[in-house]
Amino acid sequence: MAVEAQRTRLPWPRTRRARRALTGYIFISPFILGFFLFFVGPALVAAWLTMFDWNMIRPPYFIGLGNFKKMFADDLFYQSLKVTAYFSLVSVPVGLVLSFFLALLMNFKTRSIAVFRTIYYLPSIVPAVANAVLWSFVLNTEFGLLNALLDSIGLPKIAWLQEPEWAMPAIILMSLWALGATMVIYLAGLQGIPQSLYEAAEIDGAGRWASLINVTIPLMSPVIFFNLIIGIIGSFQIFTAGFLITGGGPQHATLFYVLYIYRNGLQYFDMGYASLLAWVLFFLIFALTLLVFKYVGRYVYYEDVGS
Amino acid sequence: MSASTRTTATQLLDNERFWRVFVWTVLLAGAVVMFLPFLWLLSSSLKTELAIFRYPPEWIPDPIKFSNYVDAWTTRPFALYVRNTIVILLLNEVAVLVSASFCAYGFARIDFPGRNVWFAILLATVMLPGIVTMIPQFVIFSRIGWVNTILPLTVPFFFGGGAFNIFLLRQFFRTLPAELADAAYIDGASEITIYWRIMLPLAKPALATIAIFTFIGTWNDFMGPLLYLAKDPNKFTVALGLAMFRTAFAGRTRWDLLMAASTMMIIPVIFVFFVAQRYFIQGIAISGLKG
Repeated sequence: MAVEAQRTRLPWPRTRRARRALTGYIFISPFILGFFLFFVGPALVAAWLTMFDWNMIRPPYFIGLGNFKKMFADDLFYQSLKVTAYFSLVSVPVGLVLSFFLALLMNFKTRSIAVFRTIYYLPSIVPAVANAVLWSFVLNTEFGLLNALLDSIGLPKIAWLQEPEWAMPAIILMSLWALGATMVIYLAGLQGIPQSLYEAAEIDGAGRWASLINVTIPLMSPVIFFNLIIGIIGSFQIFTAGFLITGGGPQHATLFYVLYIYRNGLQYFDMGYASLLAWVLFFLIFALTLLVFKYVGRYVYYEDVGS
Repeated sequence: MSASTRTTATQLLDNERFWRVFVWTVLLAGAVVMFLPFLWLLSSSLKTELAIFRYPPEWIPDPIKFSNYVDAWTTRPFALYVRNTIVILLLNEVAVLVSASFCAYGFARIDFPGRNVWFAILLATVMLPGIVTMIPQFVIFSRIGWVNTILPLTVPFFFGGGAFNIFLLRQFFRTLPAELADAAYIDGASEITIYWRIMLPLAKPALATIAIFTFIGTWNDFMGPLLYLAKDPNKFTVALGLAMFRTAFAGRTRWDLLMAASTMMIIPVIFVFFVAQRYFIQGIAISGLKG
């Protein structure tokens, strides 16, 4: 190595420790570069843009806190927050509970577990665009599958995508179709719980319900917590369904936050305002994650597995 | 719930026969619900334009119209869209596999000051919503003339290949025995040699997992192509092409052709899933449990 260093005239460090350090940084350098180029850099650019009025054609015009004032007076900003919170507050808990319940049943030793797992998982890998196209038709008022099913059991048809109060439930239903992704994570966790613990619980006289409460749920709490965090972060980023199926409507009932950022940036070319909205989203998700870590994280049971 | 009904409920749960029937009924009903949209998609894609507007809907199309697939494929140049997507896909696969494994090796096998700090940053970026940098990245990429090219959709992957992928490979590298590398050190091998000649070949299962996730991610990506390729129909990916296909017929929605096109877009993903199912499960296990 020393010979190489002389040949290439690189300032190759002399001590072994320093050489290790340099090698280490060379290995992780793509990540460090990417972190600055594609995250820190753009984030700083966005922070700077929040103080400007800029449509990418005229030179940026400094307006100070003008975008902030605009945001606080913007009805659609509040609407998009409300819509996103609605989606998140319903789809995340319902999805978590349903997928946990299904994983529990599936973990029951049956030979058909692989078949069930596949069927439940498949919807979650369907491309978002194909999913949106399929569900626009499933939710179609006159000829859609969902209304045909409702009709067949004697319920009235619902104008899912035309009624402001039904559009969100429709999108939530569609998002629940993909709960298999969460379910398989639970399933992997459930299969990692040692059988001996259940046997011990049975000796102590615990039935299925008691085992669930005293063994399964405590041991699964890190996985549940992981899915909760991932679910919250994911739910705040929903875009394609609103963009392709409802276009944010009817009457802004599905104007998701990211869709509103997209409109301001890529349709109205109001880059300063769009940057501000993006930063606000970042702080919201950050604050929410911290809150969840602080208030929910304390209930997570971490088993000391030892070495 | 009163105390007595609660006791009967738990007693019922412990009844072996009731439990078996309960599990099967719920799982089977759920599976039917999950599968119905797929059946509906397939059935609608084989219907005539007339049959699609028949009510109540028929599950088995009569007549079966296979030509919907040909019509959908040729109404818009989907072959071109597939080719465009494959170019992006191949670049991303190379970028992710090389770059992520390179970084992961540094995190997993080399001890250096500051490593834990950078690893914490890595984990934080896994959680960061990518959407936040969408607008400023668009501004920067349009400044340097990258809009209407595939560069914004590929170049970033050469810088680490995604924090999640680095994390996944790092976890895998740490499970490999240290003795493997020690023997090579004694023979005078450099870290690069050990990474490339010894660790990478051993990491094939983890690399396969990442390759599959990258395939699904690139094939399914809509936001990226929408931001950077939407202006030029010759550069559309399959996802963008399908989105634009919705409005291809002036004034009316051709559900028959849309369903055929959607089916064609879903098939490669499902095919890859079935071929590589065990790598999927492995990736889920690593990501969900050791995270």
